[in-house]
Amino acid sequence: MSTHWRTFKIAAWLGWEMDSNWTEPWLFVVYSIVKPVAGAFILVLMYFVFWFLQGQDQAAFDYMYVGNAFFIFVASTLFGTFQVIQSDREWYQTIRYVYISPISYYTYILGRAASKVVVATFAVLVTLAFGTLFLGVHLDFALSEVPMFLASLALGIAVLLAIGICLGGISFLTAKHVHGLAEGIPGIFYVFCAVLYPLSVLPGWAQTIGRGIPLTYWFDITRRILSPTTGIDTTLEGYTDMGILGLLLVSTLVFFGLSVVIFRTGEYFARKAGKIDMTTSY
Amino acid sequence: MTGATVHRTDLRYRLGLNLRAVVGRAYPRVIGANREPSWIFFEAFLPLLGIAAYVFIYQAFGARALEDASDPAAVAAILANTNALVASVVLGGTMVSFWLNVLWSMASQLYWEKEIGNLQLYMMAPMNRMALLGGMAVGGMLMTSTRAVATLVSGVVIFGVVFQVADPLLLFAVFFVTLIALYGMGMMFASLYLLWGREAWHLSALMEEPIFFASGFYFPLGGLARIPGWGSAVAFAGTIIPAGLGLDALRQLTLGATAFGGTLWLFTPQVELAILAILAVVFLVLARYALAYLEMLAKREGKLTSRHQ
Repeated sequence: MSTHWRTFKIAAWLGWEMDSNWTEPWLFVVYSIVKPVAGAFILVLMYFVFWFLQGQDQAAFDYMYVGNAFFIFVASTLFGTFQVIQSDREWYQTIRYVYISPISYYTYILGRAASKVVVATFAVLVTLAFGTLFLGVHLDFALSEVPMFLASLALGIAVLLAIGICLGGISFLTAKHVHGLAEGIPGIFYVFCAVLYPLSVLPGWAQTIGRGIPLTYWFDITRRILSPTTGIDTTLEGYTDMGILGLLLVSTLVFFGLSVVIFRTGEYFARKAGKIDMTTSY
Repeated sequence: MTGATVHRTDLRYRLGLNLRAVVGRAYPRVIGANREPSWIFFEAFLPLLGIAAYVFIYQAFGARALEDASDPAAVAAILANTNALVASVVLGGTMVSFWLNVLWSMASQLYWEKEIGNLQLYMMAPMNRMALLGGMAVGGMLMTSTRAVATLVSGVVIFGVVFQVADPLLLFAVFFVTLIALYGMGMMFASLYLLWGREAWHLSALMEEPIFFASGFYFPLGGLARIPGWGSAVAFAGTIIPAGLGLDALRQLTLGATAFGGTLWLFTPQVELAILAILAVVFLVLARYALAYLEMLAKREGKLTSRHQ
């Protein structure tokens, strides 16, 4: 256990250095803020254009803004996890050294992702504060709901890490597709998990997919706690808060087991095919 | 002067050499990518999902607006506006493919080549460096077209977007001049990224969402210009990226100048085409000078092949 903890700590430190030491701290802070705020602004402008043409709909805007703010966790955590193998393999070409060292490579990846989760937390806070202060986003957060919020947040991030490791396991065998994955996999959750619009907007088959992904429930409970949306049919009203927490807990365990299986399988085939330290550059 | 030297300075020879360099550098992008079938899934199919999410946002807004509308004229207006906004997203999605290719496979490429040890080989080769960048651009355009076409086709087939093209010649002219300007900008950045070193990767990452926003990839750019105060300034800054003006012209040419009541356009397509042509020439000239300057600087400082800096 102490080896795992030591690996996690050092990998987290390494990840933080790699993320932040390319520039001055103030520039890194600006960089960490500009990207998510600009992402939020795309949605603000989409709403503004529609509002300009058809009229105001504050409830839909609040729903979209809060979902988008928490989606920063999805994009950062997934990317922070699955890019480790390909960046070490293709970019730094250090995977052979790390891989043969006497550590758990699985734990190492989790450690490397930790810095991305920290930066994402900061970006989510800034995005929410910006929305509340300057865009009139309505947040209604009671102190009594803090434990529920923290529990759901921890479970949501745990699910994301497990999904990221599953993708990492697959990336052992694929070419340099980090950017396609970075865009595409979060895109699946963006479409199906009621991030920006309620499930009721989607066709029936897509709603079924959405209900099968645990992140849908994470976004729903987060919104229930932070910004209860009135007048929007989420199609998830039948679930209690505790029911959703239980579902997230079970999902975390299932995805953790799945991540171990997929990671080991990918690793096995990559070793067998001699792909652990391949480079694919065109 | 030897016969060989005379032969090498011959215009026809140099032209042939540089054209072969263009083809040679484009080749691995097209053929190499096709040898890796998973590329189609990761680069063409998965990114469609992000675009689909933006389409559903407008459809969600449209559905909620329809709940309160009973007048047939109002309903027709909502449906028309929603279709035009969805079409704007689909066109923006095609342009996103090219912009990401410019950032990650043009601008970052020379830095990437330095990291993996190819740059010194390019520098020793006898062709013009612009031919190398030109080959990267041609290969990138062809490779990215797959994703762009997939976005466009899915927009029409899955989301039922209706395009009305009245002037196909002008449409093609705008499209290709936009691409030339975009890739010219990428060629210029390729040299600058060599100077900026490790910051390059982060700069590319920083030019995603902020540029999607400032250049109106997912909404008509005129909407940004209509925000009092800072809106016009940001929209003006966004037009420096050729994709902004190119998209505005393409949307007018495929949706009709009267879409959105004609209130959300910046200039006429003809004016935008002229500005794009100027931008294309400016970026290509700047790329030429930036490349020569950076090559000289890198050689003088001896950092041309230093990795991880």
